[in-house]
Amino acid sequence: MSRRARLVMFGLAGAGFGVVLVLGLAGLPAFGDYKGVYGNVINGIGVTERRATDLVTALNFDFRAFDTLGEEFILFTSVLGVVLILRQMRGEQDRPSQREAEEHSFAGASAALRALSLVLIPMLLALGVYVVVHGALTPGGGFQGGVILAAGPLAVFLAGRYLRMKTVAPTIVEELGDAIGAAGYALVGLGGLVFAGVFFKNFLPLGIPGHLLSAGQLPLASIAVGLEVSGAFLVAFSEFLDQALVVRSGPGGS
Amino acid sequence: MTVLQIAALAAVAIGGTAVVVAPNPLKQTLVLSVYGMSLTALFFVFQAPDVALSEIVISTVGLPVMILLALRKVRQNERQGEREEEQ
Amino acid sequence: MSFLPFAIAAWLFLVGLYGIVSADNLIRAILSLTVVQSATYLVLLGVGYSQGGQAPIFADIPQTSKAVDPVVQVLVLTDIVIEATVTALLLALAVQAHKRFGSLNPEDLRALQD
Repeated sequence: MSRRARLVMFGLAGAGFGVVLVLGLAGLPAFGDYKGVYGNVINGIGVTERRATDLVTALNFDFRAFDTLGEEFILFTSVLGVVLILRQMRGEQDRPSQREAEEHSFAGASAALRALSLVLIPMLLALGVYVVVHGALTPGGGFQGGVILAAGPLAVFLAGRYLRMKTVAPTIVEELGDAIGAAGYALVGLGGLVFAGVFFKNFLPLGIPGHLLSAGQLPLASIAVGLEVSGAFLVAFSEFLDQALVVRSGPGGS
Repeated sequence: MTVLQIAALAAVAIGGTAVVVAPNPLKQTLVLSVYGMSLTALFFVFQAPDVALSEIVISTVGLPVMILLALRKVRQNERQGEREEEQ
Repeated sequence: MSFLPFAIAAWLFLVGLYGIVSADNLIRAILSLTVVQSATYLVLLGVGYSQGGQAPIFADIPQTSKAVDPVVQVLVLTDIVIEATVTALLLALAVQAHKRFGSLNPEDLRALQD
């Protein structure tokens, strides 16, 4: 189908779809006029029941922990897909000497940028760990903290040192983090099954709201998810970096 | 509805449109990052700080890095293809 | 005025769809898809917002204060992170397609047309 035909078709179908979409959305309660039940129930009982002050994290890793397990596996599977697709392409020609050459040709980073990224790395890691472990208390948690943690090793690349990044975060460590995090979250659920009789039921002491070690299994689940998300993002980053930065010669090429 | 909410909504509407109409994928990536910032502001005024945190880490670190690297790889393939044709 | 968030969500959805349909480059289509996805964030958060409600973080506000719905926030929060990895998968497919067909234009993906 030509581009023009596609656009004409979209004009017709899109207009019809837009009308239905707006009509459907108009049937929702007006903005600000909240009519739901779940939200109010959770807001009412959340802190007493779970001793967590951030109810979003409490929902994420406790009330609907089973959904999060599924979502976590979507994350795991899609990164697995990235690895499978990109590594198949990598298998072709890969000369170690050229990898070394690339390290130099890419080292266009200025001294100021290098110094700055050196300062950034520990700060990013500290912030990431803080956000992960304080998930149950303040905004944050495994999903957000995991991405911040993955940004730490990426700052090494920012300094023009791609191959050093491989020393800081070797592929095997990234993959292990991804896998251990994914399995760890499922194990938290199994712990509930073994010690409390129900999958993902809380089996740890609840503690006092606002304390770091409170809210039962929430910090544990948050750490597992943080590990998985940071591992997953690092694996995806390094696969793309490998593709884009390591120069391979074509058959008979340079 | 507060003025801040209306302003954030307007920024999101403009940003989303800008991502779609940006002239080339490279500029689109940059606009996408700015659009992510406007979404972050929107989530913040909608009283969703957790979501805002999630959006800001994805739109500043997660997505742009991968898109830019994919673009670089594509350009590399193109150059290599041209070189092979010359030979 | 209270329909504004939903109207903008519908607009983003349609604009993103237009971007996908009119794309002459797979990476363009992928970036437009993220705009379509952000429409769902607006709808979900718009449904869960209650006038005058505070963020559902009871660290420094009394437990009885009025707060917005945390359930929809969880849906959006995980969706954003997962969206990024799914986008990575799509980008990997686009890079692979470019390698195989020498073009990112959806028109040139011959294998899809047979």
